[in-house]
Amino acid sequence: MRSIILQTATRYLLPILLLFSIFLLLRGHYYPGGGFVGGLVASIAFVLHSFTNGTDATMKLLGRKPLSLIPIGLGISAFSVILPLFFGLPPMTGLWVQEKFPLIGLIGSSLFFDIGVYLVVIGVVLTILFTISLTDD
Amino acid sequence: MTGNHILASVFIHLFIAIFQLIAWRKTVTQRILSVGGALVGLIIAIVLFQQVYLHGTYTLNAANWAAPFGIVFAADLLSATMVLLTSIAGFAVSIFSSTGISRQRMLYGYFPIFHFLLMGLNGAFLTGDIFNLYVWFEVIIISSFVLMTLGGRKQQLEGAVKYMAMNILASMFFLTGIGILYGITGSLNMADLSTKIQEVENRSLVGITSVFFILGFGIKSAVFPLYFWLPSSYHTPPSAVAATFGGLLTKVGIYAMLRVNSLIFIPDDFTRKLLMTIAVLTILTGAFGALIKTSVRRLFSYLIVCHIGFMVGGIAMFTKVALIGTVFYLIHDIMVKTNMFLIAGLIRQLRGTMSMEKLGGLYREYPKISLLIAIVLFSLVGIPPLSGFWPKIYLFRESFSQHQYVYIAALITGSLATLYVIAKMWAEAFWKETPQGIAVEDQFAPLPVYRKILLVLPIGILGVVSVYIGINAETIIQVADRIANELIDTSSYIKAVLKN
Repeated sequence: MRSIILQTATRYLLPILLLFSIFLLLRGHYYPGGGFVGGLVASIAFVLHSFTNGTDATMKLLGRKPLSLIPIGLGISAFSVILPLFFGLPPMTGLWVQEKFPLIGLIGSSLFFDIGVYLVVIGVVLTILFTISLTDD
Repeated sequence: MTGNHILASVFIHLFIAIFQLIAWRKTVTQRILSVGGALVGLIIAIVLFQQVYLHGTYTLNAANWAAPFGIVFAADLLSATMVLLTSIAGFAVSIFSSTGISRQRMLYGYFPIFHFLLMGLNGAFLTGDIFNLYVWFEVIIISSFVLMTLGGRKQQLEGAVKYMAMNILASMFFLTGIGILYGITGSLNMADLSTKIQEVENRSLVGITSVFFILGFGIKSAVFPLYFWLPSSYHTPPSAVAATFGGLLTKVGIYAMLRVNSLIFIPDDFTRKLLMTIAVLTILTGAFGALIKTSVRRLFSYLIVCHIGFMVGGIAMFTKVALIGTVFYLIHDIMVKTNMFLIAGLIRQLRGTMSMEKLGGLYREYPKISLLIAIVLFSLVGIPPLSGFWPKIYLFRESFSQHQYVYIAALITGSLATLYVIAKMWAEAFWKETPQGIAVEDQFAPLPVYRKILLVLPIGILGVVSVYIGINAETIIQVADRIANELIDTSSYIKAVLKN
């Protein structure tokens, strides 16, 4: 099914949704949001792209199998969990950079945990949905 | 004492699993990572055990939140022992899996999931928070669902449905119990609960809550009348998976019972009677079930149920001597039960079947392997001086002084039944001539030598550990004695966790 309306809408929605997902990811520490919701919104963007242009086009856009995002995300999260150990603190302690970054605000190890979750969620959702849609072909 | 390193045995398996996910579909890399990582995990566990044995309980406040507000991990001697046993069993199963698991299953991620399971087990043994214990239970269950269904044969799925249904039910009971417990005390930290639960005036509510926990852990450790999922599901997955399940998963239930009963619900008269009745019936049903089975693995599954009863009986008496017996039996049982299922897997490789009617002639063709297996079987039965013998002495002694004659009768029946079925299995599978008219498909003989070693070595390692436990019982009894002391008098644990 090719719909010109959906195609045009997707062209504008894809960057907006991705930006919104990163916005959700970054505000997640103190406000509603975080890696999980952000990951879901980002994967919706790619799902929308695959609806309009086909799964193969989305795969090309991603450049890699979504499955490979899972170990990367897990690795980032797990690393942020054990990072405090190197500073003599118990695992999972939040480590914060003292200076504020422009736009983002304070950066701490919990942000990297959220980034890991974000990648895992995208990986899982896209792997499931692409596996279902590819068997249809 | 604060020790930020005690979770190392959890993280090592997490990172092995992540690296294996990166090496997705590269089975050789995954195998090397698995065996090497499990070896590192074993060394970490030995170091942890040694430190805890020498210096006492270590605690860790996750994210630096002080107890009882944050999640606390505590490595006392019981936890450290369980982590050590898990690591030994995990190492052996990991070696066995590198040849004993089909390539098809490895391609679908057998190894990462196996290490997630070991991570969950180690986490469950180390946590000092009851809700966190539930979360680790979920990690264990989810990994075991995947391991059980991996391969997708019809029979496997049937076993997995029973396994899943019962385990979800167990989790529900457990979670309900935690909910009520939190409602009446306002705490989830086990050490904190231990002091707060004594101030609760509504004792009957506490009693009912303890029943929820007994139900939840009872299903997990497969006690009567909640055991039936175990024999009907453990014979379906590959032997390496069944070895992990049979050796470790039911014992998590026993560990949790020990922990919860020592810290939170000190067994009262009613709980003791309830547990004792359950123990006796579990031993008897397990023993009678094992008597009529002809498939090696189904037989072993019933023996798991039977021997769980021994330990539940020890918990029911809850005296120092009974707990020494229980803890010693736990140590012995994890090693031997893991080994039994590895042996079942080896027998399948040697003969292509696990039905005793079709087996035979193993002793004639493989005398050395048969002798190795015989040692393991002897320690399972409890021939002195092997490992199964010593804990039973303690259990017998204590049940005499407690006048638990029904339990003694059940212990004797259970031990005799074990002896009988193992003797029958030995006669059928090893001594008997190969039955006429049955084509033997020996998958073992054509294997290259290194693969043969990979199949037999883990059985040897676990066998050596069993023999060590038996010959060096003095040391194990010292460890069990200290664990029993810590379980009876929990003040050192509470002090270590709450730091006051």
